[in-house]
Amino acid sequence: MTSMRTNPGFVVALAITLALVGIFLPAPAQAKKLNIVTATTDMAALTQEVGGDKVSVESIAKGYQDPHFVEAKPSFLLKLRQADLLVVVGLQLEIGWLPPLITQSGNPRIQVGANGYLDASQFAEILDIPTGTVTRAMGDVHPLGNPHYWLDPDNGRRIAKGIAGKLGELDPEDAGYFQQRYQDFDKRLAAAEQKWDADMKPYRGRKVVTYHNSFPNFAKHYGLNVIGYVEPRPGIPPTPSHTIELIGLMKRENCKVILVEPYFDLKTPNSIARDTGGTVVQYLPSVGGQKDVTDYFKLFDYDIGLLMKALQ
Amino acid sequence: MTMRNSFLPFCMTILFGLPLCAQQAGTVPAANDQNAAMEQHIRDLEDRIIALEGQVRMLKSSATAAPAAEAAAASAAPSAAPPAPAPAEALASQATGTQAQVYGGAGGSAAKALNPDISVIGDFIGAVGGNSPPPLATLQPFPSLQMHESEIGLQAIIDPYSRGDFFISFGEEGVNLEEGYITFTALPASFVGKVGKMRSAFGKVNMMHNHVLPWIDRPLVTTNLVGGEDGIDDAGVSIERILPAPKGIFLEATGQLFRGDSGDVFKAFQKNDVSTVDHLRAYKDITESTNLDLGLSYSRGNNDFGPNFITNLYGVDATLRWKPLRRSIYHSFVARSEFVWSQRQQLPVEQRGFGYYASADYQLGRRWFLGGRYDSSDRSRYANLTDKGGSLVLTYWPSEFAQIRGQYEFTKYAEGLNSNQLLMQVIFSLGAHGAHPF
Ligand SMILES: [Zn+2]
Repeated sequence: MTSMRTNPGFVVALAITLALVGIFLPAPAQAKKLNIVTATTDMAALTQEVGGDKVSVESIAKGYQDPHFVEAKPSFLLKLRQADLLVVVGLQLEIGWLPPLITQSGNPRIQVGANGYLDASQFAEILDIPTGTVTRAMGDVHPLGNPHYWLDPDNGRRIAKGIAGKLGELDPEDAGYFQQRYQDFDKRLAAAEQKWDADMKPYRGRKVVTYHNSFPNFAKHYGLNVIGYVEPRPGIPPTPSHTIELIGLMKRENCKVILVEPYFDLKTPNSIARDTGGTVVQYLPSVGGQKDVTDYFKLFDYDIGLLMKALQ
Repeated sequence: MTMRNSFLPFCMTILFGLPLCAQQAGTVPAANDQNAAMEQHIRDLEDRIIALEGQVRMLKSSATAAPAAEAAAASAAPSAAPPAPAPAEALASQATGTQAQVYGGAGGSAAKALNPDISVIGDFIGAVGGNSPPPLATLQPFPSLQMHESEIGLQAIIDPYSRGDFFISFGEEGVNLEEGYITFTALPASFVGKVGKMRSAFGKVNMMHNHVLPWIDRPLVTTNLVGGEDGIDDAGVSIERILPAPKGIFLEATGQLFRGDSGDVFKAFQKNDVSTVDHLRAYKDITESTNLDLGLSYSRGNNDFGPNFITNLYGVDATLRWKPLRRSIYHSFVARSEFVWSQRQQLPVEQRGFGYYASADYQLGRRWFLGGRYDSSDRSRYANLTDKGGSLVLTYWPSEFAQIRGQYEFTKYAEGLNSNQLLMQVIFSLGAHGAHPF
């Protein structure tokens, strides 16, 4: 320890740091609101539904951004360090960017395994769970199952319920309020679902192609049949040979609709559409993908509207 | 595993059994209400199965990241498989929200759950051209063909309060613990602490592993003034904290204390020859796609001239990044520069050297990057000798897990000797999906 005396730089820096901490240590007692950060906008939307005005929610990823490739910007740390709760999609969707942010946040509440870390995938029905061995020859496959699970209203309901439970655990005084909000959400969702089910009913069994495999839960719920992907393997950009194969398949199966997430290039989908006489539909996988798609209900309104037009 | 195996068929039986009952019930007149009730019942059961499935998934993955606080003691005893005692209790404890999800695993099977995430990164370099450097030069040319480095990464969350990271590199000369440290993530007052061997926070490039550099080699200023490939990489402790700052600005201070042995920069002759590194980082989002990242660094330690000969290093770094969010996987741009001033006490006179690099990298498409770098640096021991250079770099990523890179490099040594070199690099990564550096 005497050694430090010979080396003043560290001591000085530490002293400055500690002084700054002391001076600016914030006085946190404002109006009691749970501070919640979510990995994606969909989790934010569902959290907002059940949290009402007792929470303030912010998403790290934007709705029009590829959720696999978000940059771990330090500005997110400013949000994370204040968070009481972090809601993640899980199933390794955020593996490329969230772990370092959690580590660097200096926030013990949201560390993996802590009480303020919530993996929403535990509440949802998960598809495409690989049986057998997973190798990278399959591309950047999600080894724990498909993380794009929120596009099924039933999963939305289950996630909302799970989040409501967690909010009540973190803020027991308002547990009743969150349950009430959940019941209300459940009712509104059931009503909306009746309309969506009716809208989509004529198209049950219809065939579609998607760019990335981010549509299975929606397809399952509404009885659509995803027969192929523009990506030859998950995360691998289109190759000419795969594209030719896909065009052949679409012609054989009389499939006319190519669904593309807003963050993918349209060049290959457009050329597939030209060759097959099909249409490219830029559907939204997430809330906030377009300016006016501001909540979970509008997300389905938007996508179902697009699909009805395309499948007619 | 065993739980899942016995549990799912049970759920299936219920699921498939019920519709049969429902149909029989439907033959009874005026049973519509009953039918609806039955349908609701099935839906409820389905929800319960999905909830249980989710809890089983969480249980399978929670073996490493032990549940927080209250449950930590109970699960302290290491066991090879997820504990499967009274499942009801276990599930109940999960349901109360002590779930955990482990990041980084490529497997996700229960048998692997207790192992750290393992990754291996191979770095192969080939070179043609390049003159033999003048005798006093720090920069050495690459051999014709070289398995430059094989880096093994072992990473895991240790407990809810810390994580561990090991990077062991096998080079041509032997094995080196590049980094091995524990990070304390749950310290009071938002401090983050590290203990172990680590790449120090002096500037940007010093923190980067070889395989995440945008070039094949390191800038001249690193080679000449900051200890070369390994840079300031030493055993010690580090503490960092985000500092209060005006809204929208991220300000972070890091203080590090090391033994004082780092390549040819620092050498400890006695126990109190420790070295220090201090770093202040300011970051701001200018728009959602553009950001500016600035840093100030200071380092001090005993140099290898002898006991009580000190080297002071001062650094400034600046990075401008652009990445449009809607097309983030296709286009991006990074411009970066680092300036380093070195004061090296030696006989007969102290050497004051300066060096810098300026680089830019543009992502042409999903798989292609084009970049350039300009180098200029004095040598730390002979500050009146200035080497200069320039590089042009083209990188192709066949997938997220492999990259092929070519680099043309021109070097003008201080002695007047010119050197042209063509480098080729293949980097490939196996195993766990690491986080992308920022
Ligand atoms: Zn995906």
